[in-house]
Amino acid sequence: MTLKTNPKGNPRGMWLAVLLTVLIAAPALAADVYKIGGLFSVTGPASFLGDPEKRSLEMAVAEINAAGGIDGKMLEAVIYDTEGDPQKAVSGINKLINKDQVLAIIGPSTTPATLAVKGFAERAQIPLVSCAAGIAITEPVTPWTFKTAQNDVLAVAAVYAHMQKHGIQKIALLTVADAFGESGKQQLERQAADHGLQIVAVEGFGGKDTDMTAQLTKIRAAGPDAIVCWGTNPGPAVVAKNIRQLQIEVPLYQSHGVASPKFIELAGEAAEGIFLPTGKILVAGLLPPDDPQKKVLNDYILLYTETQKMPVSGFGGYAWDAMHLLAEAMKGAAGDRSKIRDNLEKIDNFPAVSGVFRFSPEDHNGLGPEAFVMVRITDGLWSLER
Amino acid sequence: MATRQQQSGPLMQEILQYLFSGITSGAIYAVIALGFSMLYNSTDLINFAHGEFVMLGGLALVTLWGGLGVPLLAALLISVAAVAVVGAAFQRLAIATVKNPHPIVLVIITVGASILLRGVAMVIWGKDSHSLPFFSGHAPIDVAGAKLLPQSLWIFAIAAAIIVALQFFFKATLTGKAMEACAVSRRAAWLTGIPTGRMNLLAFILSTGSGAVAGAIIAPITMCSYDMGTMLGLKGFCAAMLGGLGSLWGALLGGFLLGILEAAGVGLFSSGYKDAIAFVLLLLILYVKPAGLLGSAKVQRF
Repeated sequence: MTLKTNPKGNPRGMWLAVLLTVLIAAPALAADVYKIGGLFSVTGPASFLGDPEKRSLEMAVAEINAAGGIDGKMLEAVIYDTEGDPQKAVSGINKLINKDQVLAIIGPSTTPATLAVKGFAERAQIPLVSCAAGIAITEPVTPWTFKTAQNDVLAVAAVYAHMQKHGIQKIALLTVADAFGESGKQQLERQAADHGLQIVAVEGFGGKDTDMTAQLTKIRAAGPDAIVCWGTNPGPAVVAKNIRQLQIEVPLYQSHGVASPKFIELAGEAAEGIFLPTGKILVAGLLPPDDPQKKVLNDYILLYTETQKMPVSGFGGYAWDAMHLLAEAMKGAAGDRSKIRDNLEKIDNFPAVSGVFRFSPEDHNGLGPEAFVMVRITDGLWSLER
Repeated sequence: MATRQQQSGPLMQEILQYLFSGITSGAIYAVIALGFSMLYNSTDLINFAHGEFVMLGGLALVTLWGGLGVPLLAALLISVAAVAVVGAAFQRLAIATVKNPHPIVLVIITVGASILLRGVAMVIWGKDSHSLPFFSGHAPIDVAGAKLLPQSLWIFAIAAAIIVALQFFFKATLTGKAMEACAVSRRAAWLTGIPTGRMNLLAFILSTGSGAVAGAIIAPITMCSYDMGTMLGLKGFCAAMLGGLGSLWGALLGGFLLGILEAAGVGLFSSGYKDAIAFVLLLLILYVKPAGLLGSAKVQRF
């Protein structure tokens, strides 16, 4: 040290000492809160996911803190915007791990971003609870990665179970040529045999195609008992309209990708009678009173509409669930990351917005087919299929 | 299935249905190709923002007819006029001001304009798709077991009306001939006293206006979103190339051919190869006949 000590008591030296004390004390102060990281696509093309997720995480943190925090410690959320870009997600997770030193991370919102950051969380040994739907996130299971959004696998299982109940044997697939449609097609083809279903036609369409009557004519010639269309707007609405146009009278099943009022608006009258799987949040009001999720769903929807002054989104629940699952796992862990991870795996029968979670060392998604319900579009509204 | 047993000759009926699918998409491509061709006809320029003007036409109708409840005919006319004004502004502000109007420079400007228009549309109309009811009834028309939408008839009729009107304009009016003269030689046209700048502007107004008509009449079938223009523009451009750039009847032929090829590709092969089949055939035709089916023999390459 070249700092000269002044026998007369230099005020500059004193200020330095004060500053040093504050700097040393700061981490001690910070240890009184549990920091949780958030990575959401708050802006950009996937903002319809990230924005409600950010709001829901903030709501959950405020709610938990108002109830006294976790073991007397307050929660603090540090949220970075990924803009739906895997690269920004990687720089975000590095900041969360190295600069903010968070206890656990919630997000990212999309599958590509989650797959990009997963390795970082694993290496740093930080629990990561993703809000994305892709099955590749938790299959194969890696020690530190969990997720709260329902898999395609479960949506397909729900559709097929409904078909089986209605005596359908031969089906035709019509899927969009993108990641969502491909993943759906894979699951549809893989699970058909398990439900005694025979696939008689497999057709595809482009995301921006304007007419699917050619594909449907081919499907009609194959004589299926039902048609399954897997895609996101607007393609499935065109399919619904074209089916009406060709007067094909077999039931049409759509995916959870169009489970929003927007689809009914786009397809108009052609939406009548369509079956589709959806998370329970869309039909919370229609659930029977003994449904284990009913209370959680109603509370969440009420809180969201009151605090955010906007209708609830079907996606914010993923972050809400992630925070509450983490809060459950953090109890008694005293800020030890590996204890939090172990506790997460032990969570059993935890009713939340997206389903009833049952984590285990083999299952880091923890949801069963009952996380989806089948709905039918009747008079422009959802009606619950039992 | 019950639906199949009712009909005689299911194969013929299927083929007829593929044909109907083809001409429905084909008519859409044809109207868009018309806009490309007529602008090329009079300015020697390919406007890669054309698809965006189609999108603007569709979304303007969504707002006026679907949103504000303006009567259909008035809404159509206002939409088309508004988009033509945007087209005129585009020509005045971005194309006419270029100091060195080399074709490549202008083409790049149109690509830039397409990105700008898409961005503006996203801000105004959002990222969701919008839907419109059919102009008249939605009960499909049954022709020997195959089904055709009444909206498709609207598209055929309006496409035919545009083509006849343009043909009349170019061949029988002085202004139209003056416009064609600009394309042949801008300098010579200017020397004979034709106001080439104003002709250019008129060409843009007509082309973007026809694009807006296309967008508005296809909106009930395709649904509208801010990013619909790219694919439609590409298909329309292909149709124009296929038929021969600059030829109005070529645009019509190219559009229907592309649509029918796509539908036949789905029917006879697989929907996975739909676009590939259409584009491979396009390449083959251009290889054999570089000027397109009805194009003039003279071909320029940049």
